[in-house]
Amino acid sequence: MYVRHLTLKDFRSYPSAELALTQGVTTLVGLNGQGKTNLVEAVGYLATLGSHRVATDQPLVRFGAAQAIVRGAVVRDHRETMVELEITPGRANRARLGRSPVARPRDVLGTLRTVLFAPEDLSLVKGDPSERRRFLDDLLVQRQPRWSGVRSDYDKIVKQRNALLKSAASVLRKGRGAPRRPRPGDEPVDEARAAALHTLDVWNDHLATVGSQLLYARLRLLRDLVPDLAECYDAVSAASSNARATYRSSLHESLAARIGAGEVPDVDALRQGVLDTLAEVRATEIERGVSLVGPHRDDVVLSLGDLPAKGYASHGESWSFALGLKLAAYRLLRRDLGDDPVLVLDDVFAELDSGRRDRLAGLIADCEQVLITAAVGADVPDVLREQGMTYAVELGEVHPLTPQPVPSPSQPVPSPSAPREPNAVFGSESGGIPVSSETNAAFTSQVGEQEGEQEGEQDEGSGR
Amino acid sequence: MYEGAVQDLIDELGRLPGVGPKGAQRIAFHLLQADSDDVTRLVTALTEVKAKVRFCDLCGNVAQAERCRICADPRRDQTAICVVEEPKDVVAIERTREFRGTYHVLGGAISPIDGIGPDDLRVRELMTRLASGDVQEVIIATDPNLEGEATATYLSRLLRDIGVTVTRLASGLPVGGDLEYADEVTLGRAFEGRRRVDA
Repeated sequence: MYVRHLTLKDFRSYPSAELALTQGVTTLVGLNGQGKTNLVEAVGYLATLGSHRVATDQPLVRFGAAQAIVRGAVVRDHRETMVELEITPGRANRARLGRSPVARPRDVLGTLRTVLFAPEDLSLVKGDPSERRRFLDDLLVQRQPRWSGVRSDYDKIVKQRNALLKSAASVLRKGRGAPRRPRPGDEPVDEARAAALHTLDVWNDHLATVGSQLLYARLRLLRDLVPDLAECYDAVSAASSNARATYRSSLHESLAARIGAGEVPDVDALRQGVLDTLAEVRATEIERGVSLVGPHRDDVVLSLGDLPAKGYASHGESWSFALGLKLAAYRLLRRDLGDDPVLVLDDVFAELDSGRRDRLAGLIADCEQVLITAAVGADVPDVLREQGMTYAVELGEVHPLTPQPVPSPSQPVPSPSAPREPNAVFGSESGGIPVSSETNAAFTSQVGEQEGEQEGEQDEGSGR
Repeated sequence: MYEGAVQDLIDELGRLPGVGPKGAQRIAFHLLQADSDDVTRLVTALTEVKAKVRFCDLCGNVAQAERCRICADPRRDQTAICVVEEPKDVVAIERTREFRGTYHVLGGAISPIDGIGPDDLRVRELMTRLASGDVQEVIIATDPNLEGEATATYLSRLLRDIGVTVTRLASGLPVGGDLEYADEVTLGRAFEGRRRVDA
């Protein structure tokens, strides 16, 4: 699938913007703070109803505006669907599919699918376990929307159970420690204890049932993901580093060890495992007043060779690892859908060495649509920019970088200082943007021609 | 800010559920302009609801006497009890005219976040009713959300050894609806609860 057209109104820094996109690679070039990422963020928002940069919607709406509108024309199998989202902070978003409104915004999920890699994703490797759990869970929801319900149910169960543990702690604690002298008031306490324990069992039951489903889904996902992760990491870094991801479970040791070894026990075994572990840690849980067992306490351990990536990997390696995870997710979704999601690479190339840049370019050459942002155009390998459009982003405006009229291939590449033609179609000047002139020369060989001769050379890195 | 009585009225109205400051203001000025007869009727209704309405000793539903209309009705089947969260759930089930048994209103669902445990619900009263031995079936009709399900699980565990049949309302597709409009969770539940078709 690909996004054919993107319309923004009062989104981030854009009062309004129209961006025509094509299949193949689109590169957005501009200085810092000009609004490149805002454009790809909007694409990501259409696909996930969330931003990769902020947790709330308020910053997405242009300062002073009441609401933002993001509209995208998504083409899949030659069929075009219009997705429109109206973002009003503090209120529920409204969505349209085609021309008609849908009952719930999440009904538009799945129309557009993206895999977005941004600098923030470095936290997948360097950040807290919650980042890695969210990566897995988000991917689960992208594959099957049903998991979004399971996930929110599970979160609610954990919240309820924590509240119970906190409030029941005082009652339950009375039963332990030194026996007190019996007093007339004792009996109600025992009854309250019994009731508290009884309800704890109910929540244990729910936690185990829903938690084991989530756990099972995550384990299967990780099993599918790991081979691609190793391949993608090696392909980008041109090494055989044995990049791995293993699941660290909060369940009791024997089951956790099996899970760590890559085994996927069935749901019933996991459910029983959760229940058994809950029984083991009961006293500690009551003491501390929090739920200590379940998918919400788990982690994914990323390792390179024998060493964990967190703490041991260099900045570049961490970056490549995070990229490897995203590329693996891309392949997984591609296999699932039988169709390419839109790949978004936000500010990725600046952090990679030239070898990695070129190999990454080779790896993504066969993707249906790739959106790339870069502060410096020269950071993006030439092969990618030759394939598609390059836009200059300046002060919240987007201009296509148009070529010199008729730059014949034999003609020498014009020098960067050569005067540029104002863009006739958009009536705006595209001068002053630091884009190297190869982009301009390349423009003639652009869009739609992915089956062209470039394809053959770039194919090898992709492993397909 | 308005003066004296008007502001008092706005403040009182604003404390009602679902009424915000703007709405309270609107209702207050509506009342100011209304006939005094209309206002008197409203006042009487408010006073009476506090004075006359009480909760049924048996089932906990709203009632005008010791027993509610349903519990006092000799034609109702006393061997089946339908357990619901709120009095409004009774009204909803009564509308179906399918159920001829009696009810038991819990007064909420287990929700530790809101500080509601089994002791805050009318569970003990339910156990007392069951102790008589007449009841053969308990139908648990709590809401199909997380708290309702937890309450249902709690009750079913509690009633397991008492020797009554415990059933739970089915959840699934709405009648007269389109399959394509059902959300994934409902559809998933409907799949779980599918039945063999006897031909």
